[in-house]
Amino acid sequence: MKWDEFFVTGDPLIYGADVSIGLTVIGLLFYLTYFKKWQWLWKEWLTTVDHKKLGIMYIASAVLMLFRGGVDALLMRTQLAVPDAKFLDAQHYNEIFTTHGTIMIIFMAMPFLIGLINVVIPLQIGARDVAFPYLNAVSFWTFFIGAMLFNISFVIGGSPSAGWTAYMPLAGNELSPGPGQNYYLLGLQIAGIGTLLTGINFLVTILKMRAPGMTLFRMPMFTWSALITMVIIVFAFPILTVALALMTFDRLFGAHFFTLQGAGMDMLWANLFWLWGHPEVYIVILPAFGMFSEIISTFARKVLFGYKAMVWAMVLIAAYSFLVWVHHFFTMGSGAAVNTAFSISTMLIGIPTGIKIFNWLFTMYKGKISFTTPMLWALGFIVNFVVGGVTGVMLAMAAADYQYHNTYFLVSHFHYVLIAGTVFGCFAGLVFWYPKMFGYKLNERIGKWVFWLFMIGFNVCFFPQYFLGLDGMPRRVYTYSAASGWGDLNMVSTVGAFLMGIGFLALVYNIYYSFRYSERENTGDSWGLGRTLEWATTSAVPPHYNFAVTPTVEGLDPVVAIRNDKKEVTPKLADIKPIHMPDNSGVPFVMASFFFVAGFGLVFEWYWMGIVGLIGVFITLIIRSFDKNEGYYVSVDEIKETERITV
Amino acid sequence: MFKRLRPFFALGLMLSVFFLGGCSNYIVLDPKGPVGAQQKDLILYSIGFMALILLVVYILFTVIVIKYRENRKDMSNWEPEQEGSKKLEILWTAIPILITIALAIPTIKTIYDLEKPPQASAHKEPIVITATAVDWKWIFSYPEQGIETVNYINIPEDRPVEFKLTSADSMSSFWVPELGGQKYAMPGMETTLYLQADHKGKFAGRNSNFNGEGFTHQIFDVNSVSQSDFDKWAKDTKSKAPELSKKQYDQLMLQGEAKKMTFSSTHLKWVDHAKDRDYAVKTRERLGVVPQNPHGSKAKDANKPEQDSHGESHSH
Repeated sequence: MKWDEFFVTGDPLIYGADVSIGLTVIGLLFYLTYFKKWQWLWKEWLTTVDHKKLGIMYIASAVLMLFRGGVDALLMRTQLAVPDAKFLDAQHYNEIFTTHGTIMIIFMAMPFLIGLINVVIPLQIGARDVAFPYLNAVSFWTFFIGAMLFNISFVIGGSPSAGWTAYMPLAGNELSPGPGQNYYLLGLQIAGIGTLLTGINFLVTILKMRAPGMTLFRMPMFTWSALITMVIIVFAFPILTVALALMTFDRLFGAHFFTLQGAGMDMLWANLFWLWGHPEVYIVILPAFGMFSEIISTFARKVLFGYKAMVWAMVLIAAYSFLVWVHHFFTMGSGAAVNTAFSISTMLIGIPTGIKIFNWLFTMYKGKISFTTPMLWALGFIVNFVVGGVTGVMLAMAAADYQYHNTYFLVSHFHYVLIAGTVFGCFAGLVFWYPKMFGYKLNERIGKWVFWLFMIGFNVCFFPQYFLGLDGMPRRVYTYSAASGWGDLNMVSTVGAFLMGIGFLALVYNIYYSFRYSERENTGDSWGLGRTLEWATTSAVPPHYNFAVTPTVEGLDPVVAIRNDKKEVTPKLADIKPIHMPDNSGVPFVMASFFFVAGFGLVFEWYWMGIVGLIGVFITLIIRSFDKNEGYYVSVDEIKETERITV
Repeated sequence: MFKRLRPFFALGLMLSVFFLGGCSNYIVLDPKGPVGAQQKDLILYSIGFMALILLVVYILFTVIVIKYRENRKDMSNWEPEQEGSKKLEILWTAIPILITIALAIPTIKTIYDLEKPPQASAHKEPIVITATAVDWKWIFSYPEQGIETVNYINIPEDRPVEFKLTSADSMSSFWVPELGGQKYAMPGMETTLYLQADHKGKFAGRNSNFNGEGFTHQIFDVNSVSQSDFDKWAKDTKSKAPELSKKQYDQLMLQGEAKKMTFSSTHLKWVDHAKDRDYAVKTRERLGVVPQNPHGSKAKDANKPEQDSHGESHSH
C-alpha cells in the first residue's frame, strides 16, 4: 500500500484537519508534560472505576463527538445552501453524511445518555457504585476506542460512504471497495461490546442494588427509563453484533451473507439492521423521557402526574419497539398484509407516547413552575417533540409513506424526534446535574441564550425540510438544480443550521465561563428543589463512596420528604461503618488499546496486526481472571473527615 | 417569561402561514395521476388530525405554563401532592385510540388499493414496462412492443402502467413523485408498481434510494403522450432505432451515468435481472473492470469508465 492511499489526500479541508489534529495532539502532550499531569491523568482518569468519573468521561467524549458530527452537518448544509454548489463533490458528501449519522447516533446520543445514567443512577438508587465497576470501565474504554477508530477514517484510509444504514449490496466489496466500510464495521463492533456490557451492568445495578425500601414502584422515573433502556439494549445489541460480524465476514473473508454474488440476501441485512435499529431509537429516547420527567416534576414543584401510567407507557413502548422495524422499508414490496400489520403496530406507539405528553403537561398543572434552563429545555422538548411525533404517525401510514420515504420529510421527522427529544434531553440533563458532577452550576443567563439560539435555529433548520420533502427532494443528494425550486427553503435551512452551531459554541463558552466564575455550591441539593436521592448527599459533588450511610427510602421523592420534615441530612456518627470499595485498574484501558490495534489491523486487512491485537485482548482477559483484586476499605476516620463530621 | 415566549409563537405562526400558503405548489400535494391523488387525499386527511392534535397540545401547554408560573399572585391553587386523575388518563388514552382507528382504516384501504391498477381505469389493460436500475442509470424494456430505452420512458396518458422493477446491482427506489409513491428495485427479485398519468406531460423520475457516487444524477424522464402518439412512437422505434447488441448492453452494466438511448430490441432475451442477481458484477469482472477504492491511487489517476461514447445512442 502506498502512502497516498494510507493518508487521505487531495482535499484542502482534509489537510486543514490534519494540521489541527497534529497541533491538538502536540498541545495536549506539551500540557501534560509541562504541568506534570501524566500521573494525575493515569491515576484519576485512565484507571478509574468510579461511576461518576466514567460518566464525566462519557459526556466529555459525547460533546466532542457532537462537535465532530455538527461540523459534518454544517459542511452538508453549506453544500446544499444553493443549487449546483461545488463546495463538496459527491464522494466527499456521501462520506460526510455517513459519518454524521453514525457518529450522532452511536458516538454522541448513546454515550451522552449513558454518561448521564452513569453519573446519576447509582446516586438515585442510593448505591455505592454500579454492580460491576471494573466492567463499567471496560464499557467506557471500548466505546471510546471504537469511536476513535471510526473517527480517524477521514484522515487515514478514507471514511465509509454507504450511509449509516450501510445497506447491502452497496456496502459490500463489489460496490464499496477500500477500508472505509471496514472502519464502520469494526468501530461499531468494538463500541457495541461496551454498550452491551453497560446494558448488563445497569440492569443488575438497578435490580439488585437499590437502597433499602426502594421498591420498583418507588424508583425515580429516570431510573425506570434507564432500567427499560437496559432491557432493550440487552435484547437489541446482540442482533447488531451478529449482523456486523456477518458483513465483516463478507468483506474480509469472502463470505456471501448479503453480497450480490453467491446468492447473498441483501434484504436480510436491512431486516437485521432495523431489528436492532428501531429499538436503538428507543434506547436514545427513553432515558431522555426519564430526565424530562425528573426535571418537569422538580421545577413544577409537584409529584409526577400519573406515575404508574408513565411506567407502563414506557414498558409498552419498549415492547412495541421490537415489533415495528419493517416501517423503515414499507417500500420494499413486502405486500399489503405485511405493510398493514406494521403500519398498525407503528401507529400504536403513538398511544403510550401521547399518554406521556399529557402526563408531563399535567405534572405542571396546579404546580409552581420556575423557568430555569433545564426546565426551558424540557418545555422546548414538549413543544417540538409533538411535531416529530405527529409526523411519525403520518410516516406510519404505509400508503402515504411511499411518498415520504427517502425524502427530506423523513429527514425532518427524525431530527424533530432525535434533536427535540434526545439532544434537548442531553442538554437538559447536563445542566440539571452539572452541579452534581462539578460542584457549581452552569451560568443561567448564558444557558438561556444557548437554549433560545439552539431551539430557534433547530426549527429554522428542520421545519422547512418537511416541505422540501413534500416537494420531492430526496435525502442524500449532494446537489440539486435551480429548476427544482428547492433553493429558497434550503437556504433557510442552512441559516438555521448555523444558528444551532452558534448555540453550541455558546454552550462551550458557558462551560468555560462557569468553570471560571460560577459560585461554588456547598449543599448536596444545588437547585434547592431536588426530589430524588442524588440530591441527598452531604456535599455538592458526592464523595467516591457516594453515601456515608446508605439511605432508607419510604416513598417516592425521598428528598422532598426530608425537606418537608426538616430532617437532618448529616449521617449519624454511630451509623458510619467502614466502606468496601473496588480498586482502580489499568487493565480496561490497556485492553481497549489492544482492541484498537486489532481493529486497525482488520480495517486494512493486515491480519498479522489483527492477530497481535486480539492476542493482546486475550492476555488482558487472562490477567484480569487471575487478578486477586479484593478492593479496600474506606476507614471511619476518613469518612468522618470527608463528611466534615466533628465530634 | 411570556415576553420571551412571544417571539417563538409569532415565529411558529409566520412559518405555518408561509409554508402552508403554497400548499398546492408542492409536487406531492399536486399529483398528476390517480395513484398520487389517492396518496395526497390520505396525506391531507392525516394532516387534519395532526393539526388538531398539535392545537390541543399547544393550547393546553400555553394555558398551563401561564397559569401555574412561579411568580403568579395567587398561589392557592398550588397542589404539590396532586398526583393523577383516572378520568383524565382514561380520556387521553381513549382519544388517541380513536384517532389511530380513524387513521388506520383509510390507510389499510389505500395500501390494498395501491397493489392493483387504479380503479378509475380498471377497464383498460395496463401497459407493462420493466425498469432495471444499474449504477447509475435506468434501463426500461417494453416486452410487448419489443423496444428498450435508457433514462426515459414514453407512456400513454390515462392508462395504467404496470412497472416491473428490478436492479442489476444496488438496491434502488423507483420514484415519480408527481404520479405516485415509490417502490424498491432490488437485485434478484421483482417488485410491481402501478402508476398512471391522467394527462399529457413530462414528469421527473429518479432513484431515491442512496446507492453511491452517481446517486444524485440517476434520474429519468416520464413523457405522457396520447395513445396514438405512443403507438406511433413504439412502431417507429421498432423499425428505425438500432438493435441493442450484447456488447453494448454489457457496457451499460459498468458503473457510471448514461445518456438517453433508444433501441429496437430488449435485453430480456439474454438476462432477466430479477432471476440473475450477479449478471452485472460478473460482466464487470469479465471486462476487467475492478472496483476501486475511492481513496486509492488508481481511482485518483484513472478517469471514470466512460460509457457514453459506446454504441450508437440517439438522444430523444
